[in-house]
Amino acid sequence: MSATEQALVSGDAVPLSLRGPAPTRVVAGYGFWLFLLSDIIIFAALFAAYAVLSGETAGGPTAADLFDKKHVLIETACLLASSVTCGFGSLAVQSGDKSSTYFWMAITFIFGVTFLSLEVSEFSHMLSIGAGPSRSAFLSAFFTLVGTHGLHVTLGLCWLIVMLLQVATLGFQPMVSRRFFCFGLFWHALDIVWIGVFTIVYLGAHL
Amino acid sequence: MFGRLSWAAVPFDVPVVMIAAGSVGFIIFCVLALVTVKGWWPYLWREWITSVDHKRLGVMYIGLALLMLVRGFSDAMLMRSQLALAAGHAQGYLPPEHYDQIFSAHGTIMIFFVAMPFVIGLMNFVLPLQLGVRDVAFPVLNSIGFWLTAAGVLLVNVSLVVGEFSRTGWLAYPPLSEVAYSPGVGVDYYLWSLQISGLGTLLSGINLTTTILKLRAPGVGYRQMPIFCWTALASNLLIVAAFPILTATFAMLLLDRYCGFHFFTNELGGNPMMYVNLIWSWGHPEVYILILPAFGVFSEVVATFSGKPLFGRRSMVMATMVICVLSFLVWLHHFFTMGAGADVNAFFGVMTMLIAVPTGVKVFNWLFTLYGGRIRFTTPVYWALGFMVTFVIGGMTGVLMAIPPADFVLHNSLFLIAHFHNVIIGGVVFGVMAGITYWFPKAFGFTLNERLGKAVFWCWFFGFYLAFMPLYVLGLMGATRRMQHYSNLHWQPLMLVALAGALLILLGIALTGVQLAVSIRQRERNRDLSGDPWNGRTLEWSTPSPPPVWNFSQLPQVDRADAFWAMKQQRGTAQGPNLKRTYQTIHVPRNNPTGFFLAFCAVLLGFSLIWHIWWSAGLGLVGAIVVCLRQAWRTDGEIEIPAEKVAAFERLHGLKEAAV
Repeated sequence: MSATEQALVSGDAVPLSLRGPAPTRVVAGYGFWLFLLSDIIIFAALFAAYAVLSGETAGGPTAADLFDKKHVLIETACLLASSVTCGFGSLAVQSGDKSSTYFWMAITFIFGVTFLSLEVSEFSHMLSIGAGPSRSAFLSAFFTLVGTHGLHVTLGLCWLIVMLLQVATLGFQPMVSRRFFCFGLFWHALDIVWIGVFTIVYLGAHL
Repeated sequence: MFGRLSWAAVPFDVPVVMIAAGSVGFIIFCVLALVTVKGWWPYLWREWITSVDHKRLGVMYIGLALLMLVRGFSDAMLMRSQLALAAGHAQGYLPPEHYDQIFSAHGTIMIFFVAMPFVIGLMNFVLPLQLGVRDVAFPVLNSIGFWLTAAGVLLVNVSLVVGEFSRTGWLAYPPLSEVAYSPGVGVDYYLWSLQISGLGTLLSGINLTTTILKLRAPGVGYRQMPIFCWTALASNLLIVAAFPILTATFAMLLLDRYCGFHFFTNELGGNPMMYVNLIWSWGHPEVYILILPAFGVFSEVVATFSGKPLFGRRSMVMATMVICVLSFLVWLHHFFTMGAGADVNAFFGVMTMLIAVPTGVKVFNWLFTLYGGRIRFTTPVYWALGFMVTFVIGGMTGVLMAIPPADFVLHNSLFLIAHFHNVIIGGVVFGVMAGITYWFPKAFGFTLNERLGKAVFWCWFFGFYLAFMPLYVLGLMGATRRMQHYSNLHWQPLMLVALAGALLILLGIALTGVQLAVSIRQRERNRDLSGDPWNGRTLEWSTPSPPPVWNFSQLPQVDRADAFWAMKQQRGTAQGPNLKRTYQTIHVPRNNPTGFFLAFCAVLLGFSLIWHIWWSAGLGLVGAIVVCLRQAWRTDGEIEIPAEKVAAFERLHGLKEAAV
């Protein structure tokens, strides 16, 4: 337990807000939380657009025609599982265990890639039957919302590779651990967004 | 090979543009030549371009804003002179397609590249000093934010010479801004430059919010934090919450334009009014992002120059945060005419009027601070008093337009133009000018010339009233915004008065240049050796002017608001100033070129996307990734400043102070 945390528990300490500049670890994490918040607002705008446009099919296929619940369920399972393994990976980072970091993060990566390839197969199927984003406003909103999430997952995977390379070259320096912490936050936030996508887009299609 | 780009994109046949661009190009060439001949590049690179010092970045933001103020104001002069001429049979000298670009560029530049860098620059410079800390939370990110803003500025200005700018107004409403009606590159210039600079703004917002909430000197809690920090907090929270909406909205419009999506088109279910809703749910918070820091400046100025603590500090904080929240609940008042129905319009009308309450609280707080104070009538106080009168008028016309039936008459008329210039000039510009005058000695070590400062104020003050009061009247007479010509000759006299006002403001801007030049020449006479030229109340005045890179040799220990004032009181009574001090080694962030290189890649990427040159867009993107990766592997982020050096600096400063 660090000195600050100890003081916090003991209760008679100076209030947190009066103790002077926070340690770098806290500052970095806090800044990243704010970034995630702003990212979630981007998704909020896309969700709003989807909500407005989801009925605007312009005579084209509707959500109920297109979405395969089983397919999406597997996708969801992959992403949620990757969050669990990412959690184990974060624990490994905290304890400075290189090999189990590689192990859990590799599994996270595999789950992520599986999720993405399922999404790509869904998209390419839709494109092949003429249900691309230019077909209707509904499909524009769908491809943008789900695609933006997919883009985030892709970026997350690239980030994960970079982080593993950082561990390999720099070891568990404080800087690297901080970034891994932020990566964990990012990966879990993508799960939260996906829960929204799953509920509103895919389950909503069959209401 | 070069996408849509060809020599035809350069308007050789439009003399106005070629002369303007030629002279700007010539000036830039001369400046670059001077820098090269004098051998200033290493200095510029070391001290400014790669600097991650929040004070340097703050100064650069404000320099950028001043430069763009000239650009944006020249657009204003073009519009005012066109409208002074183009009555009845006269057509003026600007054809409609050119005039449309000018008003679009004017609005875009003034909001995104003048007002925003002004307030972000002030916050950047002042916040760490007021909070008693050595830098912002993420210094490198700070530099990246600035350089991305500069990249956006560059792209907007390139549009003057290569291609065209958007003709769709400063918010680019679809369907007009869709590819079907605006097939040219104008809207793309608009979208990409704002996407790039918007990212910079978001990074800056995250950075400054984290700074205020996580980095404060020991003892600076929320109850001790200066009011400017509070208003900056509200403003940066709004940046974090609102700018992503802008990014998402522009991304949707870009998808419509580049990939044939149908978010906002007329066909296949697109909904143009959704764009209007989304853009204003960014746009209304945006005006509070601009005005709240200005409120903070006035609070500091009024308290300092009255020699009193701010009246009703707690209510000021409350009012600030209430405005922060309410700003997200009023966006629809920008388009009551959408036809959302009586209930919806009534709700947004009432919410809008409600904002007048906290704003009124603020005005009374400033008045009561002045009341009974020993007021020193310096230039910042002139700006503050001018603001109070002007802003109240602007606020009242705003409440007037918050009444939906009245808005149906006034919507998109010159009355609206007068209203928002009334609050933005009377609020933001006056606030920024007050702030620049107030903190200039802190940044540069000498005060600005007061006589010329007051002359600048009077030019802006009377210039504003002459330029915009006629527009209120014209709006009520039926004149609409964005018109290039009018047939009603009765409007012309008022248009001429407005032109006279604009000329007066022009004089004010020119005098700002004169003021800077004269003040620099007289700098020895106006040196601020004490670090506290105004008898200030907050921590920034406890540092030398200009402060060292590390701001505070020892982090101050604070136990109340107006901390520096309290320290001065104590120093006068109990203990002398020469407490035995021990200094420790200080770590400050090392210079970093990442921001500059990223901006370079962003310009390449943006320009290539605008002109559909896909290979060089790829190049820009790859370049940006490489720069980021290079940064990720940088482990030498800090340099050490040994304790002896800090002690030596403090001894020197102590000697200077003693000599005062």
